[in-house]
Amino acid sequence: MSYVRPQFRHPNLLKNEVGYTSKEYEGSLSTLCAGCGHDSIGAAIMQACFEMSIEPHRVAKMSGIGCSSKTPAYFLGKSHGFNSVHGRMPSVSTGAYLANRDLVYIGVSGDGDTASIGMGQFVHAVRRNLNMVYIVMNNGCYGLTKGQDSATADVGSKSKAGSVNQFEPIDLAGLVLELGGTFVGQSFSGDRSQLLPLIKAAIAHKGFAFLNVISPCVTFNNNVGSTKSYDYVREHVAATATVDFVPMMKTISADYAEGADAKVTMHDGSVIALKKLAKDWDPNNRLSAITALHNARTDGKVLTGLLYANETSNELHDILNTTPTPLNSLGQDVLCPGNEKLAEINNALR
Amino acid sequence: MEPTNTADPEYYHKVVDCQYACPAHTPVPEYIRLIAAQKYTEAYIVNWESNVFPGVLGRTCDRPCEPACRRVRVETEPVAICRLKRVAADMKEMDAVADYIPQGPFPQNGKKIALIGGGPASLTVARDLAPLGYELHLYDEQPAGGGMMLTQIPSFRLPITVLQEEVGYILNMGIHTQFNHYVDSLKEMLEKDYDAVFVGTGAPRGRNLEVPGRDEATKNIHIGIDWLQSVAFEHVTKIGRKVIVLGGGNTAMDCCRTSRRMGGDEVKVVVRSPFDEMKASPWEKEDAQHEDIPIIDNHVPKSFELKDGKLIGMIFEKVSPVYDDNGKRKLVPTGEPDVFFEADDVLIAIGQENSFPWIERGIGIEFDKWEMPSVDKVTYQSSIPKVFFGGDSAFGPTNIITAVAQGHQAAVSIDLFCKGEPLANRLHPATNLISTKMGIHEWSYDSVVTIDERFKVPHADKKITLKDRKVEVELGYEAAMAFKEAERCLNCDVQTVFETSRCIECDACMDVCPTQCITFTINADEDELRMKLIVPAMNRTQDLLVSDLLPTGRVMVKDEDVCVHCGLCAERCPTAAWDMQLFSYYTANAGSQNVHA
Ligand SMILES: Cc1cc2nc3c(=O)[nH]c(=O)nc-3n(C[C@H](O)[C@H](O)[C@H](O)COP(=O)(O)OP(=O)(O)OC[C@H]3O[C@@H](n4cnc5c(N)ncnc54)[C@H](O)[C@@H]3O)c2cc1C
Ligand SMILES: Cc1ncc(C[n+]2csc(CCOP(=O)(O)OP(=O)(O)O)c2C)c(N)n1
Ligand code: SF4
Ligand code: SF4
Ligand code: SF4
Ligand SMILES: [Mg+2]
Repeated sequence: MSYVRPQFRHPNLLKNEVGYTSKEYEGSLSTLCAGCGHDSIGAAIMQACFEMSIEPHRVAKMSGIGCSSKTPAYFLGKSHGFNSVHGRMPSVSTGAYLANRDLVYIGVSGDGDTASIGMGQFVHAVRRNLNMVYIVMNNGCYGLTKGQDSATADVGSKSKAGSVNQFEPIDLAGLVLELGGTFVGQSFSGDRSQLLPLIKAAIAHKGFAFLNVISPCVTFNNNVGSTKSYDYVREHVAATATVDFVPMMKTISADYAEGADAKVTMHDGSVIALKKLAKDWDPNNRLSAITALHNARTDGKVLTGLLYANETSNELHDILNTTPTPLNSLGQDVLCPGNEKLAEINNALR
Repeated sequence: MEPTNTADPEYYHKVVDCQYACPAHTPVPEYIRLIAAQKYTEAYIVNWESNVFPGVLGRTCDRPCEPACRRVRVETEPVAICRLKRVAADMKEMDAVADYIPQGPFPQNGKKIALIGGGPASLTVARDLAPLGYELHLYDEQPAGGGMMLTQIPSFRLPITVLQEEVGYILNMGIHTQFNHYVDSLKEMLEKDYDAVFVGTGAPRGRNLEVPGRDEATKNIHIGIDWLQSVAFEHVTKIGRKVIVLGGGNTAMDCCRTSRRMGGDEVKVVVRSPFDEMKASPWEKEDAQHEDIPIIDNHVPKSFELKDGKLIGMIFEKVSPVYDDNGKRKLVPTGEPDVFFEADDVLIAIGQENSFPWIERGIGIEFDKWEMPSVDKVTYQSSIPKVFFGGDSAFGPTNIITAVAQGHQAAVSIDLFCKGEPLANRLHPATNLISTKMGIHEWSYDSVVTIDERFKVPHADKKITLKDRKVEVELGYEAAMAFKEAERCLNCDVQTVFETSRCIECDACMDVCPTQCITFTINADEDELRMKLIVPAMNRTQDLLVSDLLPTGRVMVKDEDVCVHCGLCAERCPTAAWDMQLFSYYTANAGSQNVHA
């Protein structure tokens, strides 16, 4: 048995602004199938956190059940994590976020976990504008249970066993746009140069940041005839624009974003610079995003890149006007103000 | 960059840093794995085929392989390659060795060769040519074979029995020895009916130091290598209580340590250069210091001092090194007062020179202005076609492993010469690549990388070793420690072989690689590409492995620099575009087609 990751790292590893190398962002060695797209997305999440100098202990990784939902074990090993029951990650995240709004929430789910069993939970997290990153590693199947078609499988897509899917797929990105989602992106696990800036932007976004990432299941859904295989996706992607994420601290950011066809300025001052915009599409316009999605689908294309971003929305805590302090930092007297206060409240309701 | 041509045997050879650095290209990782598997005899033979004297070299080699070892680039200390070689020699089964070593009598081919000098260079030529049927006549002025391994290297580093055993393997192949025979004329040698003559006479003259008092005090001033030889043959059995050894090379280290065993209580080494720039290997300096010998650097000898006609010490000027813009060093006097050190005896160990008083000028051997013969760097042929040189006599003093490597090449030339073939008809190295994949998570080599630090070789108590110059200082590794040290080897000969056509660009290898060797990127020229990698490839001595163009328009680039050969890239590759393949590389020696057929 030789499956052990060596302790040595490259001696010239770069350090980020908080003094860590990428080693501090690693998790344990993946046990997913070799070549699974999910691992590649996990690596991109690691890289994004490293490059944004987010301290690992400020991150909470949330997930459900599935190969995709296992991946938080393989990145950010020093972060918080909650591996919930199947499809309940949005609900558990809602609770966690209400209790502690200071962490960076990165939710990882699958198409099964989100579009089938977890659909009821998922839509509410979107409409409540929970301040989190929500990544669906979308492989069009239930990988963990051996590749059954999922609710995102395209009509006509062929499984490895040869059966052809007859049911309409759920377009998760379209759904999130309909529900008023405030940040929507779509990408492909095999395109790191696009995925990485999208993840960074999603982390910088205030509110619910949704990323639907096509992620081939090499073992059960990478066959000829599948619409979620490496080859098929590479042949059918159409990008809205190229995406560059310019962190807020960079004084050169203005220059850097120069020449961009469009910019989205995030609430923290960082910028998403977009070049080579698709025709009739504007990242600040929900309607044009919906249209672009529909047009791409009609053309048999997978539209990738940033679809929509709204940086002026109110997220859950804003809406509820809840305390800015994480509950674990509040004293006993504040958390439990005592009988007198209770009586006061009760009286007010009489 | 162009896609890497891995069909060139030197590409993968270079990845095996230790083997590449070894002058004889000993397949190091191969023998280290055999030691880990407790196959000591086989490990010994792998060495013996390449370097001829594993027992000797396992104790004394200059080990150019170790600074080259990949381990240095990911941690601090190299694998103890040299001392593991000794393990193979110490733990082999004597009887079994005979089954592997060619045993005479060999069918004769009718050709006769003279070998002048019986050091490692000549002995290597003898070993390579004897099984091919050559009649070999070996001349040496000493009473036994071994050259400087016999006369110079002290017994506390190299027990005589170890040397005798390995010289014996060769001489027993039916070599005609003429010991106690000084060859005083090459001309006469050429007049005999030899088909070829090999000169392996070493660099036998120690440099003298001409400063005031030298002649007057000569009774107590000795040339280091002459003195060591007298000690080896027991013509000298003691030295004064206070000894100064002049010089900073390995000979100086042997002189001072030998003095400590011959009655020298207060032995010091005094050297012109700064400590860090001394020629002696770090471990030799360490061993000397461990035997309470101070090394006094930046002191230039000015004079020998006498009282009543007898040596009482030496005066030195203090200097400090100054470097010009090109890094060239000059020793500049500090202006401090000169220093006097007491001494009953002084050993001069400031260098060695070649000397060929027995080669007549005008018979066809060309000499350059430094009195060195002109010798071809590949064939070792001299300006007389049938005369070949090798070892210290060819290009000046180096070390045993270099003498062996040159001996192999000279033997190839002599064999070709005697067959009437052009000397350029040299065989390519024998190479091979075989997959090590055994199953899921299963390779035929131990791919797990240990973080153990280098294990120290235990030493005998100096209370004992300083009393008797024949007691070996190093005890060698015991089996358990040898195993752990062997496990430190990163198996650099198990190559990461990449097949572009299989790659689906899932990036899994790039993400899993612990040392960030692999990058998928747009191709560029080498300078730019090196900077574009996940971690820029700043070590120019290490190559980049560049794939053919991939479907997305990128190439796979692997920086060989700090790959730890863990196999995870191949492990995580869904299509086996990566495979871990065992690369073997055997330099072609005379007759080696028979050995590795
Ligand atoms: C003190 C000392 C310590 C050393 N320690 C090490 C060490 O630890 N490791 C290492 O790798 N190297 C060491 N070396 C160097 C090493 O010994 C030599 O580089 C090596 O032995 C050279 O081999 P060779 O075959 O060229 O010649 P030599 O080993 O020098 O052999 C030449 C032989 O030729 C004989 N000879 C010379 N002229 C004639 C003639 N005209 N007729 C007949 N016979 C003749 C000599 O007697 C001698 O036996 C050391 C050298 C010295 C001086
Ligand atoms: C409540 C419950 N129902 C069913 C299952 C069985 N199950 C495990 S994973 C999975 C589907 C996972 O699919 P997806 O979220 O797409 O993850 P993938 O493995 O494809 O990444 C199912 C149905 C379960 N674990 N729990
Ligand atoms: S079954 Fe599919 S989704 Fe799961 S690890 Fe394997 S390749 Fe990835
Ligand atoms: S790690 Fe092993 S194979 Fe690699 S250079 Fe060192 S000794 Fe040689
Ligand atoms: S064997 Fe592969 S994974 Fe391991 S260090 Fe080398 S390139 Fe990286
Ligand atoms: Mg799935």
